Parts: sequence; structure tokens; C-alpha cells
Amino acid sequence: MAQTLVPDPEASPEADAGLEHAAAAERSRRGAWIALPPALYLVLLFALPLVIVLVYSFATRGSTGQTILADWNIASYTRLLNPLVREIALRSVGYALLTTALCLAVAYPFAYYIATRSLRVRNILLVLVMIPFWSNFLVRTYAWRLLLSSSGPLSQLTEAIGLGQTRLLFTPVAVVLGLVYGYMPFMILPLYAAIERIDLGLVEAARDLYASGPRAFWRVTWPLSRPGVIAGSILVFIPSLGAYVTPEILGGSKTTMLGSYIVRQFLSARDWPFGSALSFVVMALMLAATLIYFRTGGRTL
Amino acid sequence: MSVADGSTVRPRGAARRLLAANAWLVYLFFYAPIVVLIVLSFNSNRLAGIWQGFTLDWYAEMLDNTAVLRSIRNSVIVALFSTVVSTALGTAAALAIERFRFRGRQAFDALLYLPVIVPDVTMAVMLLLFFVRTADALFVVSGAQVRLGLTTITLSHIAFNISFVAIVVRARLAGMDPVLEEAAADLYADRWQTFRRVTLPQMMPGVLAGALLALTLSLDDVVITSFVSGPGSTTLPVYVFGLVRRGVTPLINAVSTVMLVASMVLVFGSVVLQRRRGPT
Repeated sequence: MAQTLVPDPEASPEADAGLEHAAAAERSRRGAWIALPPALYLVLLFALPLVIVLVYSFATRGSTGQTILADWNIASYTRLLNPLVREIALRSVGYALLTTALCLAVAYPFAYYIATRSLRVRNILLVLVMIPFWSNFLVRTYAWRLLLSSSGPLSQLTEAIGLGQTRLLFTPVAVVLGLVYGYMPFMILPLYAAIERIDLGLVEAARDLYASGPRAFWRVTWPLSRPGVIAGSILVFIPSLGAYVTPEILGGSKTTMLGSYIVRQFLSARDWPFGSALSFVVMALMLAATLIYFRTGGRTL
Repeated sequence: MSVADGSTVRPRGAARRLLAANAWLVYLFFYAPIVVLIVLSFNSNRLAGIWQGFTLDWYAEMLDNTAVLRSIRNSVIVALFSTVVSTALGTAAALAIERFRFRGRQAFDALLYLPVIVPDVTMAVMLLLFFVRTADALFVVSGAQVRLGLTTITLSHIAFNISFVAIVVRARLAGMDPVLEEAAADLYADRWQTFRRVTLPQMMPGVLAGALLALTLSLDDVVITSFVSGPGSTTLPVYVFGLVRRGVTPLINAVSTVMLVASMVLVFGSVVLQRRRGPT
């Protein structure tokens, strides 16, 4: 191999390939070394904890709330089928789907509007989306509590125009509103990225071929923006499904979602095996949603 | 070519007005609660909703409240440590994935994406069980007592931040033209020089954006932190969450306004910073 390391202007193709092979092996080693520290960290503080949760989900809750690891069983998983859990799961999926649909309905025209502005205006409009998005989620959700409370500004407004007090706080409406508010930017940004990338020559071509505006939109713009629609929908659906802070702050006792239910298993019921099984299943659901997203050709995550 | 350049396809007339109206409503939706919160934080009425008069009392009360001040300090310590470490690790991960082919790369890629997908409740559960088991194991092995506290919070924040930093830096690396790096190599720059003089300056906006995202996520987190924090080691969001659940007092409005303004300044600063680095 030694001679292949010396560049030779008249080197044979095989020698060249050998040189490239050596370089590739060297690059491979360096890449692995650079990847090692983050990989180790994630194995220790992500993969290993994941395995521990899986093990716990097959354990048994002792009579005083301690976890008995010795006796493996699937009781925690069969409990997932009971009516209360099913009700909470269905409610969570329902709220998450509704949130996703509302976000899409509002964000699509919004993203389209931004994408059709001049570059300068576009940047300003996007920053105005980012500023509340990057500020504290808990605080923004709490602000809705002030806005929706029965003595709050919205209620005063509806009373002033004769509609009476609004009693939205601690209802499903407040929870979905809070989720839409919290996750809307996850819909706007991928939609904007997809729409902005569309080659408008194609839309113009459709118009030149006598397609009406709506028809050109439906046959050209919409299909081309579909990666953004799918990315945005999944990015909104996933956190909505596991939401904890929003239903806790804006919802009442009848709006419990999976996230709150899991937390309750750990912090008050002290049923760690059942909580582990629940959180494992929720995670599996989300992984499935993400895989569907990648299967359909999604790229922007 | 972007949408704005197309002349015949820009929406006009009624369609344009509808789109504009929708956009203004969205901005109203985004900013109305924020404005209400800030205004009410200066309200002298104890009942949060009804305006009575201007006061700074709640801010004064906040500055006298040792629990608030301690949780602010905790938040800052955790955020700084976790941002520095996760930015370094996340950047390394992004470089390895984008610039090298190595054995186990695909597995590493999957491991890197997973923490983003896993809901924070699940992540919280995972880390709690992990720390409890590790503490037990360490106690058996060495007799050392490990308690939940700032260390476990920081370790957890790093764990979820690495992936976010890696994604942001990766996007930047993927958008960079490799020609410049090749040119540097052709001009006899060694690997380190190429990295130091060409790759690093080019990817810096991505690294800064990643660090800022990590900082924000760390300052934001409630669920994971509340699981892995011990008595006396709560961060500001966890403390505020506790206050909110116990009932609305004007003190929360003042604390929330401070948190809100602080993060808005951070975002705005990052935007200005990136502008100065020229168009990207």
C-alpha cells in the first residue's frame, strides 16, 4: 500500500482508488471520533433511560407505592385498555387533531401572504412571528388565562357589547385555543419555507394555459406546498398530543390529557409501572407519526 | 425564484385583502395576550382582571421575594451551563453527520433525532427513573448520596438540547458550499486551518442560532425540570407554574412580564446579530 500514498501523475486507476480508499478510511475514523462525545452523552442520558422506562413498564406497583422489579408482567399494558384511559387517549387525539386542523386553516393563508411580500417585508413579518414564539411557553399560556378569565378583558368586551360574560376558561375551547396559540409557529414556518421555495414559473405556466386562479392554486401551488403541510401538521400534532402545561393551566378537570395523566401517575399516584407503560405508548404513537412523515417524503424537521 | 418575484401570480383584489386581513388577525392573536399580561402587571387591583390604576408594587414585591430571586439564579446557572455544553456537543454531532461518513452514522443520526420527537413528559419520566436508579447504584457502590438538584437539571437540559443544536447547525452546514473548503485544501491549508479559517466562520451563525435556541429551551422548560429537581432547586418557570396552579396573584404577572421581556430581548438581539453578519 505504501506506494499508493505517493501521488503519481501517471498512477493507474487502481492505485488512485487505493488512495481514495485510504483517505475515506481516515475520514471515517475522524468522523467517528467527533461523533463520540455527543453519542456517548445521548446513550447514557437518553437511550439508557429509555430502556429503564421500558423495564419499569413491566414491573409491579407495591402496596405502598414502591416499584417491584422482580415480578415481570404486562398488567400495566392491559390497564391501558380500561375505559378511563381510553377516554383520555381519545380526548388527547381529538384535541390534537382539532388543533392541527385549525393551525393549518389559519397558517396556510398566513404563510402564503408572507411569502408573496417583498424580501424586506417578509423578514420583518417573520421576525414578528418568531418573537412571541421564542418567549416562554408557560408565560404565554398563562397570559391566556388572564385574557379568558370571567373578569378578564375578553369577558368585559363581550359584556360591553351585550353578549354577556364569556366563560371559556377551564373548558375544552380554552385548551384547544391555548394549543393553537402555542404551536401555530410550528405550522407557519415549514409552510412558509415550502411556499417560498415554489418556482412560480410553474404557476404562471398554468395561468398561461388558461387555468383559473383557484385551479392553478389547487393543481400547482397546493401539491408543491404539500411537504410543508405534512411537516407542519406533524410538528403541531406531536406536541399537542403530549401537552401538559396547556391543559393544566387552561383546562378543567374534564379536559385531562395524556400528558397530565402520565405526570399524575408519577407525582401523585406513585404508580411508576403504569406511568412508564403510558409514556412508552405515547412515545411509540409519536414515533409512528414521525415515521409516516418521513415515508411521505418529509425532510424539514 | 420566489413567489414575490412573480408578477402575474401575486394575489390581487379581494383575495389579497382577505389574505392581509387574515395576517393582521394572526398578529393580533399572537400579541393580544402578551399586551394584556404586561398591562395587568402594572395594575394596582388585587383582582387581576379589572384595571384600577398604575402601580409598580408587584415588581417591588418580586424583588423582595427570596424564592423568586433564588429561582432566577438557578435558571441562569442551569441555562448557561447547559447551553455551553450542549452547543459544543451538538455542533460536534452536526459536523460528524454532515462532513463525514463513518460506521454507525445512521444509528447516530436516529439517536440524534429521537429526543426531538419524544414528548417532554416521556423524557421527564425517563430521566427521573434514570437518576433515581443511578443514585441507588452509586449509593450501593460508593456510599455517596446523589440528590436531585441543579446538577440533574443541567444534565437533563443538555440531553434534550444537543439534538436541537445539532439540527440547527446541520441546516447551516448543509447550505454551505463545499467549494470553499476544497479551495482551501487545494491552497495547502491543513485540515485544522481549513476548519478554523473557512468552515468555522461560515457555520458560526448556525452555531449562535443553535446556542440561542438551547438557551431559550432551557429557560423555558417546566415539565422535565420539575421531574428532576429537588427541594430548593426549582427554576423560575417551575416556580411560576406552582404559583399559577395555586391561584392568580398579581405577583405572577410581574414575574411573567420580566420573563417575557427577557426572552424577547434575547430573540431580538439574535436577529440583529445575524443581520450584521450579512445576508444569509
